[in-house]
Amino acid sequence: MSISVRHISKSYKNVKALEDISFEVKEGELFGLIGPDGAGKTTLFRILTTLLIANEGTATVAGFDVVADYKKIRNSVGYMPGKFSLYQDLTVEENLNFFATIFGTTIEQNYDLIKEIYVQIEPFKTRRAGKLSGGMKQKLALCCALIHKPKVLFLDEPTTGVDPVSRKEFWEMLKRLQQKGITILVSTPYMDEAALCDRIALIQDGKILQMDTPQAIVKHYPKQIYNVRANNTYQLINSLKAYEYNHSVYPFGEFVHYTDRRADFNPKDLMLFLESKNLSNVEIKKTEATIEDTFMELAK
Amino acid sequence: MKRFIGFIKKEFYHIFRDRRSLFILFGMPIAQIMLFGFAITNEINNVDIAILDHSKDATTEEIINKISASKYFSIHQFMDREADVETIFKKGKVKAVLNFEKDFSKKLIRDHKATIQIITDATDPNTANTISNYVNAILIQYQKDWNKDITIAYQIIPRTRMVYNPELKSVYMFVPGVMTIILMLVSAMMTSISITKEKELGTMEILLVSPIKPIQVIVGKVFPYIFLSVINAIVIVVLSIFIFKMPVQGSLFLLAMESILFIISALALGILISTISATQQTAMMISLMGLMLPVILLSGFIFPISSMPLPLQMISNIIPAKWFIIIIKGIMLKGVGLQYLWKETLILVGMTIFFIALSVKKYKIRLE
Repeated sequence: MSISVRHISKSYKNVKALEDISFEVKEGELFGLIGPDGAGKTTLFRILTTLLIANEGTATVAGFDVVADYKKIRNSVGYMPGKFSLYQDLTVEENLNFFATIFGTTIEQNYDLIKEIYVQIEPFKTRRAGKLSGGMKQKLALCCALIHKPKVLFLDEPTTGVDPVSRKEFWEMLKRLQQKGITILVSTPYMDEAALCDRIALIQDGKILQMDTPQAIVKHYPKQIYNVRANNTYQLINSLKAYEYNHSVYPFGEFVHYTDRRADFNPKDLMLFLESKNLSNVEIKKTEATIEDTFMELAK
Repeated sequence: MKRFIGFIKKEFYHIFRDRRSLFILFGMPIAQIMLFGFAITNEINNVDIAILDHSKDATTEEIINKISASKYFSIHQFMDREADVETIFKKGKVKAVLNFEKDFSKKLIRDHKATIQIITDATDPNTANTISNYVNAILIQYQKDWNKDITIAYQIIPRTRMVYNPELKSVYMFVPGVMTIILMLVSAMMTSISITKEKELGTMEILLVSPIKPIQVIVGKVFPYIFLSVINAIVIVVLSIFIFKMPVQGSLFLLAMESILFIISALALGILISTISATQQTAMMISLMGLMLPVILLSGFIFPISSMPLPLQMISNIIPAKWFIIIIKGIMLKGVGLQYLWKETLILVGMTIFFIALSVKKYKIRLE
């Protein structure tokens, strides 16, 4: 096991940040922690990267205990904190050189590992890190976290505040790194990114709601979801919420995801109800559940 | 070692790229020394005084001439009535009134004794004190000249000798103080800020999750500032020697060594401050309030320690700056060596070791 977490709990003063968290990540796995802000993801990352000590429970990373062998872990993991944490007044190249040096290596030694990412930021290598765009910053931070060829990579919300194109590129990179045998633990508040992980844990208020492969998680969604659309989305949501049989109503892009409480639900009934509410162009179609739907259902 | 050098290189990048801080770093010592040397001074120059001469004889005229000839005083007006003294002080222009008693000359010859009353405006007690000292000095000088030709046995002439600073040049007193302040400020504040900056920007998190050892981080942070502080110390000494003609009586080597010792103790204090503050602002406030004020007020730099109440005198003992000021005054003004300063040096060494041990112990290997 590359990462093993057993019954970890952590509280700050009166707030319980993590409650009895247990999970395992296999070697070479891309594991995602999916949850909203304040779910406890960062706390968990900090415990695993030896920055915090849990109140209860134990954890090992790359076979080392996070408390007793913290020095060994610090030698063998790569960590990219949620906040951009490189030296803004140093250039791209200087940052990379610095992190290579403190990990006792050089850029040349591990160039093959970062090459694909680095070529994208190389044109800006003399630019100060603080002057890079959000996507570039994250790529640089990833390079810095990778420069010493870590066994385990911890990425705390690496794509927050990054444009969709860069996000996609970023995840493609993660997939490639995974193929090189690096275990990756990544957290994200974006549900669409969850589908790209091997396994995910849905986390909220310091508790793991569910843990499985993304496919299994959506497959286990208990209800049939309908995509509902009408000429006035705002009014549509209000009307659906007023509908006495509704189970859940969530806006989802241009549609509204709707589930019904009845087992023998007939979309035609709903259609009639919505039309009676003066909505026109009403469209109701079956759809597959997404991770977001699962999350909303579990978080209810 | 490579790690350590890499770290120091990075620190120098930080320092040299932050132009504003760099300017403060090197501009401040020069500005401060000029300020204390030229503007803020205990010396008096062309102080306006008034004369109330009840005798108007040859002797008083001679004394008045001597006083007005000195560059310290200029005579603003001659008065006739004792009652005007209060009104003239209320106007604020005149800082002192010299009141010669009646039949001054006659009394001096007959009784060998005559009185001048020196009335000073003590709203500024320091200036008042200085004025009275200066007038006294002129009178003593005059008395000496006057007595030269006459040989009367057993005549007692009051003599005040101003040792070490015969010209009462305040800049000689200020240079050690300014040097102490600058070294304290640069060393303690700059290191504490540079360490808390890493905390605030989150880079400390990455440094912690890396093989670099806490001691390497601390020494790496401190090293560039030792270097910069030494440059500052050299600038201050050179300025005071060449601009203010301040003598350095003792060994420059000893001065350099003692300065480095003090710099290290200030740096250790800086690290200590950084361990207890989470943001750069807190670090700055603690450095300013916790270090600068005691250094200015309790180190004997401006206010003599001997005239403080006992509790404050005791507190002043735990301020490294006090000992450093004693040491550099000793070296620069008195020219004494380590045989006279070993006690102060030892105290400073002890404090430095204590601060370093404490800050290494308090340095957090985790986030909380």
